[in-house]
Amino acid sequence: MAPVSLKKLVKRYGALEVVHGIDLEVKDREFIALVGPSGCGKSTTLRMIAGLEDVSGGTIEIGDNVVNDLPPRARNISMVFQSYALYPHMTVGENMGFSLKIAGRPVEEIKEKVADAAAILDLTHLLERRPSQLSGGQRQRVAMGRAIVRRPDVFLFDEPLSNLDAKLRTQVRTEIKKLHARMQATMIYVTHDQVEAMTLSDRIVIMRDGHIEQVGTPEEVFNRPLTKFVAGFIGSPPMNMDDVTVADGKLVFASGATLPIPPKFRQSLTPGQKLTFGLRPDDFFPTGHGLNSGDAEAVAELELPVSITEPLGNETLVFVGFNGRDWVSRMLNPRPLPSGQSIKMSFDLSQAHLFDLTTGKSLVA
Amino acid sequence: MKLSRLSAPVLLLFPAFLVLAAVVVVPLALSFYSSFTPFRLTKPESLYVFIGLRNYITVISSWDFWVAFGRTVLFLTIALNAEMLLGLGLALLVSKAVRGQRLLRTLMMFPMMFSPVLVGFQFKFLFNDNIGLINNALQSLGLTDQAIPWLINGNLALFSITVAEVWSSTSVFAILILAGLLAMPRDPIEAAHVDGCTPLQTFRYVTWPYLMPFAFIAMTIRSLDVARAYDIVKIMTDGGPAKRTELLWTLVGRTAYGDARMGMANAMAYFAIVLSILFTVYFFRKLAAARQQIGAEW
Ligand SMILES: Nc1ncnc2c1ncn2[C@@H]1O[C@H](COP(=O)(O)OP(=O)(O)O)[C@@H](O)[C@H]1O
Ligand SMILES: [Mg+2]
Repeated sequence: MAPVSLKKLVKRYGALEVVHGIDLEVKDREFIALVGPSGCGKSTTLRMIAGLEDVSGGTIEIGDNVVNDLPPRARNISMVFQSYALYPHMTVGENMGFSLKIAGRPVEEIKEKVADAAAILDLTHLLERRPSQLSGGQRQRVAMGRAIVRRPDVFLFDEPLSNLDAKLRTQVRTEIKKLHARMQATMIYVTHDQVEAMTLSDRIVIMRDGHIEQVGTPEEVFNRPLTKFVAGFIGSPPMNMDDVTVADGKLVFASGATLPIPPKFRQSLTPGQKLTFGLRPDDFFPTGHGLNSGDAEAVAELELPVSITEPLGNETLVFVGFNGRDWVSRMLNPRPLPSGQSIKMSFDLSQAHLFDLTTGKSLVA
Repeated sequence: MKLSRLSAPVLLLFPAFLVLAAVVVVPLALSFYSSFTPFRLTKPESLYVFIGLRNYITVISSWDFWVAFGRTVLFLTIALNAEMLLGLGLALLVSKAVRGQRLLRTLMMFPMMFSPVLVGFQFKFLFNDNIGLINNALQSLGLTDQAIPWLINGNLALFSITVAEVWSSTSVFAILILAGLLAMPRDPIEAAHVDGCTPLQTFRYVTWPYLMPFAFIAMTIRSLDVARAYDIVKIMTDGGPAKRTELLWTLVGRTAYGDARMGMANAMAYFAIVLSILFTVYFFRKLAAARQQIGAEW
């Protein structure tokens, strides 16, 4: 039973402030991902929750207690580190049972709990090995085993998958998701990989330079990004974005190319306004090769030259020249497209995003 | 003509081998041989009398030798343990220093820069019962009103020598253990904090196992050093009073030059080397085990 709540949380290293008073309410048993580019303060925030860094300002509550001044051992948390941080001189079994041993639990109980955790993570045959005799993926599972054995209120993960190769990463990702379903515990997961954040979490917290940009479900942050930064960070390949000026019923790009103002914004724009226009690759596709939102009136079509294509099997990423650079589009039911050929492209403007050029804030339609 | 048929590497290395043989192999062989003769410096011709193992038998059955042997082992044990604990403490303190760590590291190495002879004189003065600083300090502080005979009482004398030895060499431990501390990954320590360890438990279960190989390297180096202890003892007490601080090598030195019984002294020396070899083997075993434990990659 442990919600986690951050209130006006600040971290300073000397004169340098790296976390600027963030507020966050993590519900009990929620899976929250902290995501953002490298250096934005995710790890620092997580480590403050763990008690590994002092809090410079604000409060952290776990359950009903303010834990600012409690040492990590008094917070009933577990943490999985990017580097695994296993104890090299202990066997896998000893690593996993260490917290229980320190807590003074009886040997029988420790054995039983370690065996249970090992069974869940498929580590039973490795219990006698030392970490140096394991592969990266196995070490990562031991680190998770060590975390689950003590049944903490809150699990903290700091980029646990970034040292694994791509295939293993997907595998362990699934295991973490299963683990959350099974453990019924609050989990806070730090990653710079938005795909991990999207696939794992109930809600995503997008951080930038020590601030929180947006908190929302994966669906919300994908479909309704509040800022240009979130729009560009979430989604792969990233959203196509370019600056436009509003003219009479049109959006004019720097190159002179124009698109009609998306229907939902028609009332709210004034000529001369400077904005950033954004359209996801899913909503920009060779005509006939995408999913229309159904609003036929909102689709604009332009004849554009193909620059290169990246076939992925079930779909192809097509880069087409628009406004002086390559815009990426997702082509469903792909067919070969020679480079240089001009094709008819659909802009599904019902899905378009507009951001204020100076503040980067999304214009809500 | 013949020489030129030897290959270039052999030819080039030949002078080096020659010098080595002259300064190492010949004296070594000669001293080993002389341990089988009743050679006395005063009677050069005795070098050519072969008496087999008689010197060795005399050594093994000599009470004085075994007392010196035992005392050396005791001295070694006490000195190494004390240095180890103090060195560990020092290293932990220095590693916590946020500022001036470099300066502290340099300062820490100071005692190592003194020649043992100098250390001997320095401590001989400190522990002098009449004019020594230590008695003066104790008396001024009112802790005692009599002169403590540091270097004259048999037990105190060995203690005083141990203090001098520990002072001069604790930094070997401190530096090697500090190297271990600085090279140690931070994550397992943080994991231990999260796993519920108090700082003491963290040290006991995580930090110490990691430092053990470094401590054993220091132990190996120092055990060889201490087993050869000669200069500090020679200066401070010269084995006295009444042979109560006689260690193996002061005994060897006295037998060789005081009594001029070179053959006998060499027999003792070769026997003493066994002690050093045993300690080295012991600590190397420990080191290998400790390294394997932490899965060290060196
Ligand atoms: N011990 C430290 N001293 C000074 N600055 C630090 C320290 N640790 C982290 N920082 C700075 O704090 C910022 C946030 O770091 P961090 O939380 O590790 O970022 P990330 O989001 O990549 O995990 C970075 O700019 C980093 O340089
Ligand atoms: Mg980080």
